Amino acid sequence: MSENTKIDNVEEVVDTELPLDKNVRLMSPTRMVVRRFFRSKLSIIGLIMVVGLFIFSFLGPLVYNEWGEIELDESGKTKYSVSETTYTADGQSYTLKQTTETSLKDNFLAPPSSEHILGTDNEGYDIFVRLMYGGRISLIVSFIAVFLITVLGVIMGGIAGFFGGIVDNIIMRLCDVLICLPGIPILLIISTILDASEIDAKYRIYLLMIYLTFISWPGTARLVRGQILSLREHEYMVAAEAMGYSTSRKIFKHLVPNVMPQLIVSMSLSLGSMILYEATLSYLNLGVKAPYAAWGTMINIISTNQDVLQNHLNVWVPAGVCIVIAVLGFNFIGDGLRDALDPKARR
Amino acid sequence: MLKYIIKRLIMSVFILLGVSMIIYFLIRLMPVDFIQSKIDAINQGGATVSEETVKAMYEIYGLGDNSFLGILKGYFGWLGALARFDLGTSFKYGLPVAQVIYEHMGVSFLIALIATIFEFMIAIPLGITAATHQYSFRDYLVTVLVMIGISLPSFFFGQMLKNILALKLGWFPPSGLVDATVTVSGFAFLLDYVRHIFIPILTIVILSIGARMRMTRTNMLEVMNSDYIRTARAKGLEEKVVINKHAFRNTLIPLVTSLAGLLPSLFSGAIITEQVFDLDGIGKFALDAMNAGDIPFIMGYNMFLALLSVLGVLLADLMYGIVDPRVKLE
Repeated sequence: MSENTKIDNVEEVVDTELPLDKNVRLMSPTRMVVRRFFRSKLSIIGLIMVVGLFIFSFLGPLVYNEWGEIELDESGKTKYSVSETTYTADGQSYTLKQTTETSLKDNFLAPPSSEHILGTDNEGYDIFVRLMYGGRISLIVSFIAVFLITVLGVIMGGIAGFFGGIVDNIIMRLCDVLICLPGIPILLIISTILDASEIDAKYRIYLLMIYLTFISWPGTARLVRGQILSLREHEYMVAAEAMGYSTSRKIFKHLVPNVMPQLIVSMSLSLGSMILYEATLSYLNLGVKAPYAAWGTMINIISTNQDVLQNHLNVWVPAGVCIVIAVLGFNFIGDGLRDALDPKARR
Repeated sequence: MLKYIIKRLIMSVFILLGVSMIIYFLIRLMPVDFIQSKIDAINQGGATVSEETVKAMYEIYGLGDNSFLGILKGYFGWLGALARFDLGTSFKYGLPVAQVIYEHMGVSFLIALIATIFEFMIAIPLGITAATHQYSFRDYLVTVLVMIGISLPSFFFGQMLKNILALKLGWFPPSGLVDATVTVSGFAFLLDYVRHIFIPILTIVILSIGARMRMTRTNMLEVMNSDYIRTARAKGLEEKVVINKHAFRNTLIPLVTSLAGLLPSLFSGAIITEQVFDLDGIGKFALDAMNAGDIPFIMGYNMFLALLSVLGVLLADLMYGIVDPRVKLE
C-alpha cells in the first residue's frame, strides 16, 4: 500500500505529539458506512429529493391551506360553446352561428394563477394541494408495505434458514407458489373483491397494501434465508450455542443483525417499487378512489379524457413528476447504501 | 442431470396446483357477476327472464353454489377439464380460452420480442462503458439516465410519449394496431404496422433498459477486478482485447441466464402499455375479461402466466449449468 492511500477506518491524525494509538481514533462500522454514503453525490441528491417530498407532503398543507383536499372551487365558471348550422334556402347557403353561454357551479380546469398555483382539475379541485395530500398517501402506504414485508420476510426467512429440514421445505415451497402468482392480475382481482366489501374509500388502499405484503414477502424471506444459511456455520454461532442462548435470541440477536446490510438495501429499493405499484393501481382506478387524491389517481383522468391529455398538462404532469422524484430518490439512496455497505468497495 | 430435471418438473406441478387453487378461490370471491350483467342486458332489451332461467343459467356456467364446498367442486371441475387439456370456454368472448389466448398472443409476443432485442442491444454496451469508466462523468451520466428510466411509471411515460410524438407532432398514430381509414397491403401495410407499434416499443425499451444495464455494469465490474484480467493486462494485451475478449465473455454468463427469466414477460403482454395504446394484445384482453368477471379466461390467462414463470425459473437454472461449467446441478 502506497503512502498516500487513504485508510478508510482511521480518522486523520490531529496531534503529532501524542503516541499513535492515543491519537488515532477508530471509527465504528456504522460511522464508516454513513461517511461513505455521504461521499457519494447521488445518495445526497436522493436524500434531498425524498426529504423534500416529505416536507412538501406533510408540512405543505399546514403552510398552504387555502384549499382542502376535497374542497371544490365553487366560484363558478362561464363556458361558451359555439355551434354552426348550415342550411340552404332560396338557392343560397346560410350559416347560422349560435353561441351558448353556460354558467357552471365549479371552476374546473382553471389555468395556473395566484389563486390556484397549478390550476384546478376537471372536477374543480386545487391540483397543488392535492399533490401534497396524494404524496402523504403514497409515502405512508409504501412505508407501511415495506415495513410489513420486511417483518414477515425476516421472520419466515429466519425460521426457514435456522431450522432447515422440513420447516425450511414447507416455507420455501410456499414462497415458490407465491412468487409464481402473477402480480398485477392478482391485485386487480383483490381490488374488485375489496370494492364489494364496502370499505371506506380512505382505507381500501391500506388493505390493498396488506395484500401486497402477502404476495411480496417471499423475496425478502429468500434473501434472509440465504444469508442465515451461510452465517450459521460461523464460529460465533458455535459460541452462542455453547453459551446456551435461546433459539429466538440466536436468531434475532445474532443472525438477523448480520443480515441487516442486505435488508436495508432491499428495503430502500422496494420503497420505490411500492410507490410505483400504488401509482399503477390508482391509475387503473383500483387504488385510492375519488374524491381522495393519490398521484396515480390524478393521472387516471387522461386515460379517458383526450382534452385533458392534450391541452391541460398542468392537471396530470405534476403528479407524474412527483412519482418519478420519489422513486428516483429511493433508488439513489438504495444504490448509495449498497455501495456504502459493501465491504469490498473502497473509495 | 435428467434426474434433476424430472425432480424439478414434478415439483413444478405441485407449485402450479397451489397457484391455481389460490387464483380460483380469489376469482370466485370476485363480486363481478358475469351472469347478472348478462341478465341485466337482456332485461334492458325489454324481455324478462324468469327465476328458473336465471337459476339454470348459473348452473350451466357452474356458478350455482357459492359456498366453500361449491367453490371446491368448481375448482375440481376446472382441474378435471384441464387434465383433458380443456381450459373451458370464455364467457365474454364465447370461444375456447386456449384459442383466445393463442390468437392474441402474437401481437404481445412481437412487441415484447422486438423490445427485448433493442433492450439488450442498448443496455449491454452502456453497461460496459459505465463499468470500464467507473466513477467517471460518463458512468454517472449513464447511471442517472437509466435510473430515471427505471423510475418512470409506465402509464405516465407512455401517455407522455403518445401526447408528444403522436398527438402534438403527429409523427405516429396514437393508438391501435392498424389504420382503419385506409386499406393498404404489402410493404405499405408493414410500414403502417411498424408506425403503430413504434411508441409502445419505445416506452417498454426505455423503461426496461435500466435493470439490464445495471446488471451488466455490476457483473462487468466484478470480472474486471479478477486476477486473469490483471494477468491479461500484464502480458501487454491491448485494453480493447482485454475488455472485449476476456472480460465481456465472462459477463455474458448471467446475461444469458437472465434470458430464460424473460420467458413470462415475452408472452404475457404488457397490461398497462396495451391499455395506454389500445393495442389488441393479450394483456388488454385479460384486463377486459377481469372487469367482466370472465372466470374461465382469467383462470386460463393467470395459469398460463404461472406456467411460464415456473418454466422460466427452471430454464434459467438449467442454462446456468450449461453456460457456466463450474456450476453443478444436483
